[in-house]
Amino acid sequence: MKRLAIIVVVVLLLAGGWWWFRRDAQPPVSPSTSKADAVSLKDPALVAKGEYLTTVGDCASCHTAQGGERYAGGRVLPTPFGNIPSPNITPDHATGLGDWSFEDFWQALHSGKGRHGEFLYPVFSYTSYTKVSRDDALAMFTYLQSLAPVHAPAQQPTLEFPYSVRSGLKAWRALYFHEGEYQRDASKPDAWNRGAYLVQGLGHCNECHAPRDSLGGQEGKASLAGGQIPAQNWYAPDLSMQANGGLAGWSEQDIVDLLKTGQSARGTAFGPMADVVAQSTQHLHDDDLRAIATYLQSLPPRPATKPEESLLDTHAIMAQGAKVYEQRCADCHGKDGNGVAGVYPPLNGNSSVNEPTAINAMRVVLLGGFAPVTQGNPRPYSMPPFAQQLSDADVAAVVTYIRRSWTNSASVVMERDVSKYRHTPID
Amino acid sequence: MKTLSAKWSQAGRAWGACLALILMTHAGLGRAQDAPHPVIPDTLQQRIAACTACHGAHGEGTPESGFFPRLAGKPAGYLARQLKDFQLGLRKYGPMEYTVRQLSPEYMHEIAEYFAAQEVPYSPSPLPRVTAQTQARGETLVMHGDPSRQIPACQSCHGSQLTGVQPDIPGLVGLPYDYLSSQLGSWRTKTRAMAAPDCMAEIANRLSDSDITAVSAWLASRELPADMHAQAPGTVTPPLRCGVLGDKEGGV
Repeated sequence: MKRLAIIVVVVLLLAGGWWWFRRDAQPPVSPSTSKADAVSLKDPALVAKGEYLTTVGDCASCHTAQGGERYAGGRVLPTPFGNIPSPNITPDHATGLGDWSFEDFWQALHSGKGRHGEFLYPVFSYTSYTKVSRDDALAMFTYLQSLAPVHAPAQQPTLEFPYSVRSGLKAWRALYFHEGEYQRDASKPDAWNRGAYLVQGLGHCNECHAPRDSLGGQEGKASLAGGQIPAQNWYAPDLSMQANGGLAGWSEQDIVDLLKTGQSARGTAFGPMADVVAQSTQHLHDDDLRAIATYLQSLPPRPATKPEESLLDTHAIMAQGAKVYEQRCADCHGKDGNGVAGVYPPLNGNSSVNEPTAINAMRVVLLGGFAPVTQGNPRPYSMPPFAQQLSDADVAAVVTYIRRSWTNSASVVMERDVSKYRHTPID
Repeated sequence: MKTLSAKWSQAGRAWGACLALILMTHAGLGRAQDAPHPVIPDTLQQRIAACTACHGAHGEGTPESGFFPRLAGKPAGYLARQLKDFQLGLRKYGPMEYTVRQLSPEYMHEIAEYFAAQEVPYSPSPLPRVTAQTQARGETLVMHGDPSRQIPACQSCHGSQLTGVQPDIPGLVGLPYDYLSSQLGSWRTKTRAMAAPDCMAEIANRLSDSDITAVSAWLASRELPADMHAQAPGTVTPPLRCGVLGDKEGGV
């Protein structure tokens, strides 16, 4: 009798699980029965609007492989759960969006579901894109449909079990996904609402600039409070401009400058943000950039972190760091760490120097590199890579020195931390 | 009226000059005293510190190891194409791909022109010990190729003195053995590629391992011609179709 009861419970659980996790299968809507009429899908004004919005969304960045055709997909996106290649979003009938209707596109962008109702992996940031308005989505679809079709078959993701089972995403979505367009806050000015719409939606800033838990979700995490980018190994800093925020002390103009030219009086874009500036934000209209700054200004102050008191005696490492700094860094960043306006960024008070993991400072010292090329800064200055010249101990010392000098008071960096990032593959 | 305004403008200019002089003097004094803010020269050389840290201020490279190749004096078209190929991932080397990923074509050309224009004396690099037979095989391949395996002579594209051909074909003399052999190897392992049809990949795959040693050793040990500049454009007729020289895949 007891055994029978157990069997019944197990069968019920399995059936319930199947019912809950089953694909929400549904047939795609064909373009001929779509409510989006064929005439408006050819409207040049809508195409132009869509081009701007896909630039705001930086769609090309993920949907273009290195050296590949724009929007033809194939860039392999590394995640902690496996590698996921991006699909072709040009209107090719066999391999792209050629047979898609606007309804299919909306379902992907707004609901994170593929054409046949299958759950999309959230590496496609529908957690943010769900906030995009239907009108804007229609413009983006119109633009993508106006591109020249490129034949580029999709590659399959290489995910570990259980992540390879798409229906398992139902549980993930229940925990982390809130479907719904952006709702304007009538108590706030238009510019604030526009900024919030761009930052939370198409700009998908939170996808990097907020922490993630072990399942890659961001539920309950403070919006735009900074986070380590999984698998890429960069730290996207906190974007609050108020007390203790990553951008404390930045002006509206500093934000606009960084997004438009790649550099500002307070810092320079590098790593993944250099790509974002070069491909996306430098092309934004000035009023949109100012709206973004307006919104960021309203992010709340952050709790004060008390200067970390190291248990180690830091005198030796600071002295070694000061020596390396004097020899290698001071000529450009200045003894006072304030950089040179318009040329080299300040290190004093720089959010990427002071971020909690020190990954950014370590990797910039090791990799060097150019500020992004933009219309506002077509011939950027660059920083030498020091990977060949400095030992792990020297990098740890100089990074510790810049993190604990002037007004900075971030944590000490150890030699073993550096060796971890010296060999990090480059995205 | 005209003369008056001209006079005013003249006076204005004189005052402006005085003011500039005063400001400059002050700036100079300030710098001499404490100089907390570095003065950064507005030169391309200063801008490309990310390049010169490894390749040298004048693109001299590291001839002793061959690890960071010399850039000085290589044809500008060739250098610009290498930067582009790192962007496209045709050439694979993480630090280079990272460094050039956001550069514009215009900036890459400017950087290429800078290194192409540098005149730096060539310095000797270490030579491998190879037999006289190997050296002879190397010389044969470079000067005559190996028609039985459809290997053209290096000379037929890289110039009669092997100093390259403007604007797209690099010289082969004056390069270290390690650099030459590793480049031929990387064409075979597909870590270095060019626009299709990739003629150098075809050639590298027709060479045997011992051929690569022979060619690289002979080239690296060759006495340098007095004039190391690349030959004039259009002075060679390549025996293979090469995408980098404007040939299209599938063309005649």
